[in-house]
Amino acid sequence: MNPVLAADITLPHINYGAIAPILILLGMACVGVLAEAFLPRTLRYPVQVLVSLVAQVAGLATIIGLALSNYAKKPTLTAGDALAVDGPGLFLQGAVLVLGIVATLLIAERSVERGGAFVAQAAVTAGSEADAEQARRQPSQTEIFPLSLFALGGMMLFVSANDLLTMFVALEVFSLPLYLMCALARRRRLLSQEAAVKYFLLGAFSSAFFVYGIAMLYGFAGSVKFHDIAVAAISSGKSDLLMFIGLAMLAIGLLFKAAAVPFHVWTPDVYQGAPTPVTALMASCTKVAAFGGILRIFYVAFLDSRWDWRPVIGVIAVLTMVIGAILAVTQTDIKRLLAYSSIANAGYVLTGVLAMQKDGISSSLFYLVTYGFTVLAAFGLVTLVRDQDGEATHLSRWAGLGRKAPVLAGVFTFLMLSFAGIPLTSGFTGKFAVFSAALGGGQTTLVIFGVLSSVLLAFPYLRVVVLMYLQEPAADAPTVAVPGALTSAALAIGAIVTLLLGVWPSVLLDVANSAAQFVG
Amino acid sequence: MTPTYYLVLSAALFCVGAVGVLIRRNAIVVFMSVELMLNAGNLALVTFARINGSLDGQIMAFFVMVVAAAEVVVGLAIIMSIFRTRRSASVDDSNLLKY
Repeated sequence: MNPVLAADITLPHINYGAIAPILILLGMACVGVLAEAFLPRTLRYPVQVLVSLVAQVAGLATIIGLALSNYAKKPTLTAGDALAVDGPGLFLQGAVLVLGIVATLLIAERSVERGGAFVAQAAVTAGSEADAEQARRQPSQTEIFPLSLFALGGMMLFVSANDLLTMFVALEVFSLPLYLMCALARRRRLLSQEAAVKYFLLGAFSSAFFVYGIAMLYGFAGSVKFHDIAVAAISSGKSDLLMFIGLAMLAIGLLFKAAAVPFHVWTPDVYQGAPTPVTALMASCTKVAAFGGILRIFYVAFLDSRWDWRPVIGVIAVLTMVIGAILAVTQTDIKRLLAYSSIANAGYVLTGVLAMQKDGISSSLFYLVTYGFTVLAAFGLVTLVRDQDGEATHLSRWAGLGRKAPVLAGVFTFLMLSFAGIPLTSGFTGKFAVFSAALGGGQTTLVIFGVLSSVLLAFPYLRVVVLMYLQEPAADAPTVAVPGALTSAALAIGAIVTLLLGVWPSVLLDVANSAAQFVG
Repeated sequence: MTPTYYLVLSAALFCVGAVGVLIRRNAIVVFMSVELMLNAGNLALVTFARINGSLDGQIMAFFVMVVAAAEVVVGLAIIMSIFRTRRSASVDDSNLLKY
């Protein structure tokens, strides 16, 4: 009765070499889980740090090898067209790993807070006697390392997914570990758990929209491959209504991860409550992954229908830039301030994406990397300002830090200037790239709002600088911890890259330019 | 019976789930509403598979089910850990992080 049941199943060919980076990350994450199960407690930390870093460096080396062996020029589809190995895919995978390595250094730090920033036993009730005991004495659990490897592997899968189902599975593979990692702070555990609950419930809500969008597009095109959707979009006789409902729901799922207004409400709460190294990972790597997915969907599947949806996404970009900047002005907590600034930055990347031409892709790729390094260094510095309750994140506590810790205040000032887009920093070159791409794509209105928003956003950054230098430190001012080797390395990498890409942006812009061609 | 009715049913289930997420207070019930939305997506996938005459939609429904199961594991763990401290699963009580 049903002819499709009789069809033979042929296994798709899988080009293992081309997807080796993803396999390395996910494989090493499994090794990490086994190490957690079989190694004695004392050995776990060094082994896990080693496994984590080796996996990411090996993955990065494989990506560079693939890019040099012309996969970027001659892109391929593999695993039954489910995965695309092309320029943007490899660039984004590399970006996720480079930022992931720096974030791992922050996660692995154990000297700033004795025993590390993570809880020893997450199952212990927060606020109980046993909880105080674990916060004082026991070293952090090491599950955080395999969790972060799974998250990074999922992000790499997400940016190279070439059909909606693979994209959905990858979205969950990187989201689920992040939900857990948010709940693992050593101190202020109630805040941390609350952040995890909020992130989880809203994240699950948004992925339900994503699934329903997939169903609508499957009904529209009869397939979930991006290429088939693009073909169906230009052929007449299909129901446009299904396509637009599907695209809208898909966009809700993706813009939630990218923290665009009006899907941003989780961002400040989660960024504040989560352990700061995890916040750094989310602000840099998750943003790269989310925009990688957005770029691929808009540029591969919906390029030909752009005249219909571009105004809507344009309104979202304007709202994101303006509301992110306005709310950043009113913040009194440094982590929330950085969260609202990351929302506004999502708007700037979206402006670059909406250029809808080649330099739109390359400028967005470039911006994501520059922003990622700066935000990693900024959150790294936030971990160092401490009092007896852990990190002192209230802005009033940062008064007078310029006198107590000139080096820290100097580096932080430099990072704030980069966020504000002052020339000779990567924040300037990145904004210049996305705004000029958007101008070239005819998006003048977006650029006007973007420039206005960055002027507005400069105010909260400079307020922090003024606070650090021009105010007297309070009597009980927080101390500035001496960073351990790992945090120092992360801070140095972040600050140097911020300077380097500000002075000499062509290093990375050329790579981004040569990578900016999606496989269809 | 035309498959269109199943699409209408799936849209109705999705809306019930979305409204449930927005108005219910208990984290577990909110989460159940999310599951209802995912299953509405499954119903739509299977219906479109029938309309399109291909098996892809049915296979995708299996993937969505597996992902939903993994989500339950993570979600209940997080909700349990916060319940142990607060003795409540109400999302209104989670009000430390704001402004």
